[in-house]
Amino acid sequence: MKKLTAATAVTASILALSAGTAFAEKLTIGLASEPTAMDPHFHNLGPNNAMTLHIFDRLVDQTEEQVLVPGLAVSWKPIDDLTWEFKLREGVKFHDGSDFNADDVVCTIERAPNVPNSPSSFGTYLKGKSVEKIDELTVHFTTPEPYPLMPNDLSTIRIISNETGCDAATEDFNSGVAAVGTGPFKFVSYTPGESIVVERNDDYWGTVPVWSEVEFRPISSGPSRVAALLAGDVDMIASVPTTDITTLKARDNLVISQGVSNRVIYLHMDQFRENSPYVKANGGGDIKNPLMDQRVRKAISMAINRDAIVERVMEGVALPAGQLLPDSFFGVSDNLEVVAYDPEGAKALLAEAGYGDGFEMTIHGPNDRYINDAKVAEAVAQMLTRIGIKTAVETMPRSVYFGRASRGAEGNLPEFSFILVGWGAGSSEASSPLKSLIHTYNPDKGFGSSNRGRYSNPETDALIEEALRTVDDAKREELLARATEIAINDVAIIPTHFQVNTWASREGIRYIARTDEYTLAMGVVKE
Amino acid sequence: MTVFVIRRLLQAILVVFLMSVIVFFGVNVVGDPVHMLVNPEADQSEIAATIERLGLDRPIWEQYLLFLKGAVQGDLGNSFIFGEPALQLILQHMPATMELAFTALTLAIVIGIPLGLYAGLYPDNAISKGIMAGSIVGFSLPTFWVGLMLIMLFAVELGWVPATGRGDLGSFLGIQSSLFTADGLSHIFLPALNLALLKISLAIRLTRAGVREAMGQDYVKYARAKGLKTRRIIFVHVMKNIMIPVVTVMGLEFGSLIGFSVVTETIFAWPGMGKLLIDAILQLDRPIVVAYLMIIVMFFVLINLLVDILYSILDPRVRLQDQGA
Repeated sequence: MKKLTAATAVTASILALSAGTAFAEKLTIGLASEPTAMDPHFHNLGPNNAMTLHIFDRLVDQTEEQVLVPGLAVSWKPIDDLTWEFKLREGVKFHDGSDFNADDVVCTIERAPNVPNSPSSFGTYLKGKSVEKIDELTVHFTTPEPYPLMPNDLSTIRIISNETGCDAATEDFNSGVAAVGTGPFKFVSYTPGESIVVERNDDYWGTVPVWSEVEFRPISSGPSRVAALLAGDVDMIASVPTTDITTLKARDNLVISQGVSNRVIYLHMDQFRENSPYVKANGGGDIKNPLMDQRVRKAISMAINRDAIVERVMEGVALPAGQLLPDSFFGVSDNLEVVAYDPEGAKALLAEAGYGDGFEMTIHGPNDRYINDAKVAEAVAQMLTRIGIKTAVETMPRSVYFGRASRGAEGNLPEFSFILVGWGAGSSEASSPLKSLIHTYNPDKGFGSSNRGRYSNPETDALIEEALRTVDDAKREELLARATEIAINDVAIIPTHFQVNTWASREGIRYIARTDEYTLAMGVVKE
Repeated sequence: MTVFVIRRLLQAILVVFLMSVIVFFGVNVVGDPVHMLVNPEADQSEIAATIERLGLDRPIWEQYLLFLKGAVQGDLGNSFIFGEPALQLILQHMPATMELAFTALTLAIVIGIPLGLYAGLYPDNAISKGIMAGSIVGFSLPTFWVGLMLIMLFAVELGWVPATGRGDLGSFLGIQSSLFTADGLSHIFLPALNLALLKISLAIRLTRAGVREAMGQDYVKYARAKGLKTRRIIFVHVMKNIMIPVVTVMGLEFGSLIGFSVVTETIFAWPGMGKLLIDAILQLDRPIVVAYLMIIVMFFVLINLLVDILYSILDPRVRLQDQGA
């Protein structure tokens, strides 16, 4: 009798399982932010870049940890100081059956930076590069100066077909006519605000996805997204609000997937104005900007209890940060530790710098850009007030904040004195934050574009520039790590934490979390 | 009547023009769209190129004149984010909002007026008191909270209807709408109810007040004395008289249902104009915000005009003439 029951149970579960699989072939994902087009070159924006990866491939692929691996190119190497050779994958076909070859690459590289009306173009990654077809499956990229980041930059460009895509307008991609790629999924439909549907490409050259059809639904409101998952409208959601994570974890019919991202949240300090607008002496009088003193910056860093921010403000979904990128990334330093919380030491340092009685300042931050951004700013302000720097908090919507933070003061200078910001390294290695945040502001060379504290150190500048000329990986990694060490030890910026992203799915499926924060159907696996 | 309509249309053009000035300058002093659009990894020259391409380097009055020049020709500018004409984007999202507003208004009338009538006829009845108490709840609870509670109850706990989205579309007489499929109807139920809740309460209170007032008037007493059936008195004589304020308010409320269903659309991920607007505001897509408000102004002007015309049909004493003329 016992045996029979067991057997019945097994049969029943097998039946249930097979019925489950057949039914579950279709996957529905609730997205927090919606792509603005299906044209892979229209808008250099996270949600767009994630969505187009379903339909299009790139020469160089990035794994979930943003390690570069072969995509449509099987290999690449520099053949001289100025030229990179890319060997293309043989036998790859576009969704319309046409062959993938060097012509597609050449026309993609020509189109990508020049899409009309593009709000943010891919010129960022293609500036100064030219491409040449050598034979059907070989292309050469040349730059005027030695350039090591060619594979990283090309891992941002999705390859379109020279027959259907290169002359097409963005509307043709949105309607699907030109949305013909080599990717793991084929375009089915795109209804802005409502849904994006793709179907499996059974002839995919790589791993064929398990899902026969995937529907993406933009649900921008956090609570509604969670409700849609609970109601079974969607199988998985991205960006679970931190306040809901604990409740969702407690349900055994849901699966939570988490992973650290490439985004560091940090504090930038005005280091270029003798009289900084939001730093005042006690009582509100003018004061020589104390943030220019390294000891004061160090004291601020020591006053911040990063563990408390991670545990209480971020509810555990973050990692304390001691440098610009989490450990697994290219170019991070092994010698840097997270600065320990030491309020007494911080007070002593302040006294040594001549600010024993503290001073007053305002921290500015966005309130709708990063996970719990306004709460983090408030926590930082409280911690600083504890060591005698009376800190007021002012947060605002990102649409107002970033403009003012970057060029709100006279002469298009940064407006604020002490700000909370985040940086995600799209290129997946340390030169991205070093170049934009640490290097001296220099519009002519394109350096320091987000250096809102205008930190300037000839030593780090030289190292960063040298790294950006060094093609040898080991040497470059060392240069980047050294530049990071110098900048962090000089407290150019104060990293507080790395964001951890959270996805939630129904029982039986799980998401392989990605550092680039993308939500990809290819990363949804059955358990 | 024709003179009246023409005169009103001319007034409307003036209102729309004044509104364009207020909206355009108002929207353009807030925030900085460039940093919302450009990828953070872009360098300074690229940021400068974007500023120039969007025309944000020009003085604001010049931007306004360019906008006005386009607007006269029916071009309200291109969306910063989608790169497509703002007007086209709004019109694409309009059907979803219209069907939602229409369903909500229907619910308000079908539920609100009979309940209000009942409460007005039997004011001391326990049920009437229940209705009136319910109507207070209806317009005092915040929409977003009620919306989330509706989702939790009907979609998550009971599982009767889906939580978000618009569902399948059906086609009828060439109109594509979710009202023509079962799936679509199950999707529209919660958002429409959420949106209608406040309007139902409004309809109840207006109808009740009207009925209470009318029942004591001489013409009702006379009709009773004449021996007319109660049903005829209520549905022909009383209803006709109380409909004027109800029609006015519901007409205007229809405008606000269309124009400001933002909260409901966001909570239920309803792909309508409201969601487009709120996304545009958050991302500072100025052309969409401006175009949207222009369209809404025109809507209100038109609805007001229609309400005035309806008046004259309901109440022959109302003459469609300008008092000042």
